[in-house]
Amino acid sequence: MENPYLPYPVRIESVVTETEDRNLKTFKLVFLNSGDGEKFVHSPGQFAELSIAGKGEIPIGIASSPTEQGYLLFTVNKVGVVTTELHQMKSGDIIGVRGPLGNWYPWKRMEGKNVVIIGGGFAFTTLRASIVYMLNPENRSRFGDITVIYGARTPGMLLYRDELAAWNERDDIRVHITVDAADDPEWRYNVGFVPTITQETAPSAKEAYAIVCGPPIMIKFTLPILSELGFPPERIIMSLEMRMKCGIGMCGRCNIGTEYVCKDGPVFDLAHMSRLPNEY
Amino acid sequence: MADKIINKADLPALLSRLMDHYRVYAPVRHQGVTNFEEISAAELVDLSLVNTTLSPKSLMLPQSESMFEFTLDRTSDQVGVLREIEKDFSPRIIFGIRPCDAKSFQLLDLNFDTPTYHDPWWVRRRQSTILIGLGCNDPCRTCFCTSVGSGPFSTDGLDILFIDAGDEFAIKTVTKKGEQTFSKVEIGPESSDTTTDAVLSVQESALRLMKSVVHTENLKDQDEKALFEADFWDEVQFGCINCGVCTFVCPTCWCFDIQDEVHKGNGIRLRNWDACMFPLFTLHGSGHNPRAQKLQRVRQRFMHKLKYFVDKYDVGVACVGCGRCVQQCPVNIDIREVFSLMNSLKV
Repeated sequence: MENPYLPYPVRIESVVTETEDRNLKTFKLVFLNSGDGEKFVHSPGQFAELSIAGKGEIPIGIASSPTEQGYLLFTVNKVGVVTTELHQMKSGDIIGVRGPLGNWYPWKRMEGKNVVIIGGGFAFTTLRASIVYMLNPENRSRFGDITVIYGARTPGMLLYRDELAAWNERDDIRVHITVDAADDPEWRYNVGFVPTITQETAPSAKEAYAIVCGPPIMIKFTLPILSELGFPPERIIMSLEMRMKCGIGMCGRCNIGTEYVCKDGPVFDLAHMSRLPNEY
Repeated sequence: MADKIINKADLPALLSRLMDHYRVYAPVRHQGVTNFEEISAAELVDLSLVNTTLSPKSLMLPQSESMFEFTLDRTSDQVGVLREIEKDFSPRIIFGIRPCDAKSFQLLDLNFDTPTYHDPWWVRRRQSTILIGLGCNDPCRTCFCTSVGSGPFSTDGLDILFIDAGDEFAIKTVTKKGEQTFSKVEIGPESSDTTTDAVLSVQESALRLMKSVVHTENLKDQDEKALFEADFWDEVQFGCINCGVCTFVCPTCWCFDIQDEVHKGNGIRLRNWDACMFPLFTLHGSGHNPRAQKLQRVRQRFMHKLKYFVDKYDVGVACVGCGRCVQQCPVNIDIREVFSLMNSLKV
C-alpha cells in the first residue's frame, strides 16, 4: 500500500533570496531517487508538504510549472519553526516533499478563455506556475488573452523580478506591475494598490476567468471591482490557506463546512465559497 | 436467531483458545476504570460495564503513533530521510465491543479509507481485526444508539455478536470473517428454542429501557449556513471550558496532529490525537485563526458531526449514541439537546 504520509527525499539544488527583507527564499528541489520525479505529476494551483526531519511539515504552493522538468520550485516565507529551519538550509541539504496535494486552477474550464491573474505579495507562487505553464509554447494557443496584475509593498518585495521584466517585454501577455509605494525615481511601473490598478486597467470579463491570490485585504477590495467589471462568481477563482497537517483530508483541521481545503481545495470559485460558512 | 450457544462458565476457556490464534483485546478494569487492552489471561476480561470509559478508537487510531523514523547524523547517507516503522499487524480480536463502538469504525472508514487516499495504519488494523461484539441488555440512561442508526443488538460492523441470555451467551455469526474465526476453535452447541426465547426477551427489554430519543430527520435538509449562523450556539457554548474531554472519549472524533520528536540525533514523526476544541488546532502561521473563539470551536464540533458529515457522506450523523460525552462533560453540555436544536431550527 502506498503510504500517503511518506515524503519523497529531495536535495536542495539552489536557494535564491527573493525579497529585500530577506524573508522570502525560493528553493529549487531535485528528487534523490530516480522514478520519484515521474510519480510527482502536478497541475498549477496544487501544493505539497515540505518535510524537514526533526522539525515537521509545511504546506506550500508549488511555484514551478509542470512544463519545467527535473525540479520543483517553492518560495517560502519565514514564519514558524519549519520555515525558519528551511531558511537556514543550503544547497546540498536533504529535505522531503509530499504531494502533489489538493486541486488546481480549472485548466479544463479555462481552455479557450481569457485569463486574468491578480496577485499580491508573496501569494504569487502558484500564479507564477500558472503563467509559466500558459506561456509554454505547447499551451499558449489553448488560452486567449493573458493579463497579469501583480503588486507588492515596494519594488524590492516583488517576487521573480527578472521573470516579471521578461514577461513585460512579451506581446503575448499583458503585465501590470504595481507597488504600494516606491522611492526609486527609476521605477517604471505602476504605483497603487492592486484593487486600484485592477479598476484602472479594467480587464474585460468577456469570456474571461480571473484568478485572485493575495492577502485578505487585497481580496476584500478586489472582488467587488471584478463583480463591477462583470465577472460572475463562477469565473472568479481563488486559492485558500489553512493550517494543515495531513494534506489528504484526514486530520480534520482545515475544513470550511463540508470542504477540506487541503483535499477539496485549495482552489475554489467564488460561487462555491459563497455557499460555505464564513469561517476562513 | 442465534447460531450457537456457550455456557457463561466456558467463556474463559473459549477466550484462551482464541488467544492461541489471535492477539485478543477486551475490556479490563483498573482502579475503577474499564478500557480495552490486550489481555494476557481470559480471567482479566470484565464485561460488567456497558460502555468503557474511553472508546476503543485507540485500537485503530492510537492516541500517539510513530509514523516514521529518521536520523539526523550528518555522517549517515540516510540523514533527514524518513523511513517506515515495522508494526505488528498480526490477526487480532476485539472481544466485548458494543454495537455502537463497532459502528463508529465503519463511520471512520469513510475518512481513513477513501477513493483517493488510504491511511495505511488504519486500513491494515481494520483488515487484521475481528470484532466480537456484546449486545447491551441494560443500556445506560445516556445511550441513544437507536436514534442514530445503531441499536443495543445491532450487528453493523461486527463479525460476531454475543448476547447475554442468562446462564449462557447466544452467539450470532455475522460475517465470513467471523465464521472463519470460529472454524479455528471449538465453540458451544447449536442454539436451542429456550435460548432463542431468552434472546428475544432481553432484546425487547433492552429496547424498553432505552429511554433517550433524539431526532435527526431534518438535519439533511436544514440549510448549512442557517445552522451555522443560528442564535442557539451562544447558549450551547456558554458553559464550555474547552477541556476537550468530549473529543477524547468520543468514538467518532478522529482528528490528529503530526509532530516530530528528536532524541540524541534520532527522531520519529508521530501523530497524536488532536481536537477542534483547542485554538492551536487551526492557528495560521500568520497569527490569523479562523476558529479563535470558543463559540466557533464548539459549533465546529457539533456542525461536523451532525451536519457537515451528514452532507458529505449521506450515511447519517457522525455520532453513534454511546453517550460518553454526555457522561463526561464537566459542564453538562448534552449533545442530545444540540441534536434537538439543530433538527428543529426554523429559518
